[in-house]
Amino acid sequence: MASAQVYPASEPARWIYLDRIRTRPGPFTNPDIYSGEQVAAAMETMKILVIGAGGLGCELLKNLALSGFKDIHVIDMDTIDISNLNRQFLFRQADVGKSKAEVAARFVEKRVKGVKITPHNCRIQDFDEDFYMQFQLVVCGLDSIEARRWINATLINMVDEEVEDSYKPLIDGGTEGFKGQARVIFPTVTSCIECQLDMHAPRAAVPLCTLASIPRQPEHCVEWAHVIAWDQEKPFPELDKDDPEHITWLYQKALARAQEFNISGVTYSLTQGVVKNIIPAIAATNSVIAAACCNEALKIASNCAPFLGLPEENYMMYSGNDSVYTYTFKHEKKDDCPVCGQLARDLAVDPAWTLRELVESFAARPEAQLKKPSLRAEGKTLYMQSPPSLEAQTRPNLDKTLTELGLEAGQEIGVTDPAFATVLFKFKLKFKQ
Amino acid sequence: MIAGWRLLTAKQKKQQQQAENAAEGGSSAAKKKKVTAAQLRVQKDLSELSLGSTMSTDFPDPDDILSFILYIEPDEGMYKGGRFSFTFNITPSFPHEPPKVLCREKIYHPNIDLEGKVCLNILREDWKPVLNLNAVIVGLQFLFLEPNASDPLNKEAAEDLRNNREGFKRNVKQAMAGGSVRGETYQRVLI
Repeated sequence: MASAQVYPASEPARWIYLDRIRTRPGPFTNPDIYSGEQVAAAMETMKILVIGAGGLGCELLKNLALSGFKDIHVIDMDTIDISNLNRQFLFRQADVGKSKAEVAARFVEKRVKGVKITPHNCRIQDFDEDFYMQFQLVVCGLDSIEARRWINATLINMVDEEVEDSYKPLIDGGTEGFKGQARVIFPTVTSCIECQLDMHAPRAAVPLCTLASIPRQPEHCVEWAHVIAWDQEKPFPELDKDDPEHITWLYQKALARAQEFNISGVTYSLTQGVVKNIIPAIAATNSVIAAACCNEALKIASNCAPFLGLPEENYMMYSGNDSVYTYTFKHEKKDDCPVCGQLARDLAVDPAWTLRELVESFAARPEAQLKKPSLRAEGKTLYMQSPPSLEAQTRPNLDKTLTELGLEAGQEIGVTDPAFATVLFKFKLKFKQ
Repeated sequence: MIAGWRLLTAKQKKQQQQAENAAEGGSSAAKKKKVTAAQLRVQKDLSELSLGSTMSTDFPDPDDILSFILYIEPDEGMYKGGRFSFTFNITPSFPHEPPKVLCREKIYHPNIDLEGKVCLNILREDWKPVLNLNAVIVGLQFLFLEPNASDPLNKEAAEDLRNNREGFKRNVKQAMAGGSVRGETYQRVLI
C-alpha cells in the first residue's frame, strides 16, 4: 500500500524508526500539506539555528541532531564554567574556559555522524538580517529576556509579505527551576514574544526601604550591599558580577550587615546567586522543555503531525512545582504590540516636503486620521507634541525638509497620538520621484 | 520544500484583514534604522504624559528620549516652595524593567536617601510592564505630598516624621533652605 511506504534517509539503521514517523502518513498528518517522499530530502538540506548552548542548548542540539536535522548552526557567547558541568552534558572538566558553542558542536558532530554543526562564539546582535535569512527555523534556549526580544523583533522585521522564505518560525524554550515553557511564534502571524512580555514573571524584588532599614533575610543583606553600600563606597569604578574580587567585596559587606542584624546564612555563593539573580537550574526540566521544542521543530519541518503555533494553541506551560501540571493555550496577538502589532506600512512622501507637511498629512490619511501625531525615527526625534519642553526643542524641525532632517528612503518612523492611546503606527518612507 | 506551515500561514493571513500590499522595491535600505520596541514604547508614554502645572521635563539630547530630567515644584504640602529634579534613565529592557530614577539633590525626605535613591514601590518591587511613565511621575509627585514614615530610606527623617510632625516640618524648611538637620547638610532647593 502506498500509504505504508517509508522513504529512508541516508543511514538507514539509525534513522529507521524516525523515518517511520516522519515519512509515513499517520492519523494526524494533514493530506493537503504532507508529502512523505520529500521529507527526508528536505530535512537534509534544511538549515536550523539554535540560539544558546547552555542547559537547554545542549539538550536541543543533541535532540535535533537525533531527529534528522543535518545542518545546524549554534550561537553562544559564553565560555564553559565548572558550575555548568552538572547538567550541560556536552562539556567535560577539560573544556572549562572554552567556547560553549564550539565544544557543543564538536561533541554532537562526533556522536551523530553525518550532522554538520557550525558554532558561532559571539552575541546574536553581532549578526544582521542576512545571516538570519539563511535559516528555515530558529530554536531558542536562552536565559535572558533581552536576547529573546531582540531575536523576536529581528525575525519580525525580516518578514516581507511577498517573499515566502522570509517567514522564519521561532521556537522558544525557557526554564526556571521546576517551571518551564515552550512556545512557537510565526512572525507577524501569531502572537510574538513582545505580545507575551507579561508572561515573564518579573524578578522578585524587595522594597528598597526594607533593605535599608529592616533586613530580615540573608538575601536582604546581599541586596543591601549590592544596591546601597556599593553606590556609597564605590570600591571599583564599575561592578563586574563575574569578578571574584567584586563579589568578595559585596560578600564581606553583606556579612557585616548580617551580623549587625543577627541574621545567619550569608555565604559567598549566596552572594553570587543573589547578585547575578541565579535561579537554580534543574537538569530534568531542561530535558522536558527541550524535548517539547525539538518535537515541534521536527513537526514543523516534516508536517508529520500538527504542531504548536498554528492555528490555535501557541504556548505550552509546564510546572513541576506542585506535582505536574501542563497547560497549552492560545496567547492572542496584541493589536498594540510595538513589534508585531503594526507592521511598518509604506508611506509615499516627497523628500522636499517639510516635516510640517508630513505631520499634517497624517490628519488626512484615512487609516490614521491623527490630529496630534508625534514622530520619531531611530535615534532621531522629529517632532513630539508632548511633553512641552520636547515640543519646544523639536518645533524648529517642522520647517525643515525631510532631506534636511537626514531621512532616507526605506527608513522607518514611529508615530503616536494620545487620541489613540493603544495604537502605534509605523511607516516606512518611500520617496516619490 | 516545507510549504506546510506556510499554507496554514496563508490561510491565517487571509482571515486577518490584510494591510495594503507592499509597493515595489525599497526594502533593502530598510535593514538599518528600525525603531526599537523600547523607544516606541517611551515615545507613546511621552505623548500621553500629563505634567500639569507643577512638573516639567528637560531633555539634554532631544534625540535620546531614554534619558531626561523631571522637575517637580510642589504647590502644596510640606515641600511647597521647593524645586526637585530627578534623572530618568530607561534601559532597552523597558517596559520589562522599570525606569531608573534618581533624585539629583541631596534632600531631607524619609523615602529618599542621601544618594538620591527613591523608595517607591512601582520603581522596584511592584513594577509591571502595563505601568507607564505617567504612573511613575504621579508616584513621585505623591511622595512630596505624603512623605511616608513607614517606608524609610532616610531613617532619621522617618523617625522625625513619626515622632514629631511639627518638628519634621521645621526640619524640611531648614533643609530646603540649605541648612543642616541632625548634623547632615542638605542642598538648597528653594525656588
